[in-house]
Amino acid sequence: MSDNALQTNGTAALAHGAANGAAEGVRGVTVAPRVDLFEKDDELLLLADMPGVRPDDVDVRFENGELTVHGRRAPAVGGRERSRWEYEVTNYYRTFRVTEAIAADRIAAELKNGVLTLHLPKVEAVKPRRIAVRG
Amino acid sequence: MTRSRHAFGDLWHEVNRVQDEFNRLFGRFAPAARAAATAGPLVNVWEDENALHAEIDLPDVDPAQLEVTVTEGNQLTVAGERKAPELAGATWVRQERPAGPFARVVALPALVDADKVGAKYENGVLRLTLPKSEAAKPRKITVVGA
Repeated sequence: MSDNALQTNGTAALAHGAANGAAEGVRGVTVAPRVDLFEKDDELLLLADMPGVRPDDVDVRFENGELTVHGRRAPAVGGRERSRWEYEVTNYYRTFRVTEAIAADRIAAELKNGVLTLHLPKVEAVKPRRIAVRG
Repeated sequence: MTRSRHAFGDLWHEVNRVQDEFNRLFGRFAPAARAAATAGPLVNVWEDENALHAEIDLPDVDPAQLEVTVTEGNQLTVAGERKAPELAGATWVRQERPAGPFARVVALPALVDADKVGAKYENGVLRLTLPKSEAAKPRKITVVGA
């Protein structure tokens, strides 16, 4: 995959996709949070923008190498008398497949100022060993 | 910190791509399609009898550095800067989150009292309360019989 991965591609309909227009307004809008990803020697680091989400409303799962991030956002206050409405988010949802071996039991998460920080520690590689050769 | 063009797919494969931009442009939420073309953070504004309320998503911004001004009674400006993360010994794999200075100017639907604007930053969201100026409030006119 290249930088083109950053471009929009077509799979828009996830959980709350375009199906069932009748329920519109009740089901809310799901968007993928923007993320920054880093690699360090001992861990992978993910930062995700999830403004409006409280720490209690984030769900992070790591299963079979798949990382899922889900944040629920409290509904906007202005149900009526909206004079300008440029965005709407009820859920942040995104899934990644992580090919690096991760120590799942040591994954740490924190949410501060609307940004989720995830530390994904790498499984410690087997240390190189010197093999003695007997003559 | 080193920046690399290191392919995303080496370590991470995205399973579901739900692009927020895609949703904004093609999703059911039509008004956002217009907004996506504007520069700066997106703004929601609603009103009640006495005040306008604005909500702006500004994750990871130092609230002390935010500049909120109202000029001419109804021009709201929100400006600030978002710093890119600085992580020692880390290599960028992917960068989607915007960084750098931003500014947004919005024309409010009513005149407000610039001296009484309230601002609160919580969970990465800036919430403003902008009391309407006396002249902009609805008033009941008493009709006097002849």
